Amino acid sequence: MALQPERAELLTSVQMARFVARGSLTLPAAIPGDVNVTAVEALAGGIPAVPYGTPMREAFPDGSFARRLLDFPAVAGALHSLVGPDPTVDHHAVHIRQPHEGQAQHLHGDAIIDVRPDAFDVQLMYYPCDVAPEAGGTLSVPGSHLRRVNETDVGRYQNLLGQARLTCPAGTVVLLHHGIWHSGRRNDTGRPRYMFKIRFNPTVRQVRLWNTDDLDAPEVADALREQFAWYERATARLEFYNRVQLWRALTGDDTFDLDYWVTRVTNRPRRVAAVSGAR
Amino acid sequence: MTDASALRQQVLILYLDTSGLDGEVIGWSRYDGTLRTRPTTGDGGEPPYPTGVAALADGWRLIQAAQLVPPHPGHEYEVSFLKHEFIFEKLTHVEGGI
Repeated sequence: MALQPERAELLTSVQMARFVARGSLTLPAAIPGDVNVTAVEALAGGIPAVPYGTPMREAFPDGSFARRLLDFPAVAGALHSLVGPDPTVDHHAVHIRQPHEGQAQHLHGDAIIDVRPDAFDVQLMYYPCDVAPEAGGTLSVPGSHLRRVNETDVGRYQNLLGQARLTCPAGTVVLLHHGIWHSGRRNDTGRPRYMFKIRFNPTVRQVRLWNTDDLDAPEVADALREQFAWYERATARLEFYNRVQLWRALTGDDTFDLDYWVTRVTNRPRRVAAVSGAR
Repeated sequence: MTDASALRQQVLILYLDTSGLDGEVIGWSRYDGTLRTRPTTGDGGEPPYPTGVAALADGWRLIQAAQLVPPHPGHEYEVSFLKHEFIFEKLTHVEGGI
């Protein structure tokens, strides 16, 4: 991400709206095979730690493995669309699910409860090898990112209808909103499962950082209306309310609404009607 | 502790889409005091029952239902934990204890 990504590599408004609804974006096989082959060795050897908040260019110098990863146009374009130019690296880690380890992680959100209404961090997850169904792919819960919970306080939830149990080809990159509920699943195979995670903090306001050519397309609202099977019937409506608030923040458009969910409950007229026959 | 024959508790937690026990199951967890199974996060694709009542009909005993708590003033539009949690149990004989 040394330079401004080409406009064609940025996310569209529809893709951004899907991210606002789902809290995640998957780039299947975004990294080519030769890089993936060398990745396991690089990851097993360890990626040097950096202090919290290190500028991305300093954390991952030219020529480093991580920088190669982030410079692929699809990755650079998506990351720029979500967090903007020159993000800082919060932290990074290589996550390994060991063979036959018996238990999955408890469902959790990373860090601590984080309720920023107009900013979010992005967690990049890179899988250098194919992830088969039994190989401990990350479990994530689509549309969970706006729920206000603290870390493993949701650990009691083992299965939610419509949960995403990741299987993917080598080279897949997943970008997650910081609030998404997720878990490293039990690895029932005889091979370790590798995943490289980087958390990015924005350093600019996250407003219209993507390709907004399709901002007024009806598919944007359709994407924001996406339903998830695990939502309670009533709370699903509150999810729409909260997505509208986030979309307003990302677009800078305080008039945007989805099926009147916000407009209806904020309508408090101040105009005083003329009283008929008043003296 | 080893008993020749002992009862162990199996726990089923269902999350329903409304506050009614006849609501549809949207989430589920199991804990097995017999240690015959080892449930864990993300281990199931389909819910064990379509509704809470279906679990009752299969012999699960309801031991707790989530209270209906009004939203805190000023926080009416916030979303957080699943609201409609129902906890069930079954008591199962374990020969020889565990």
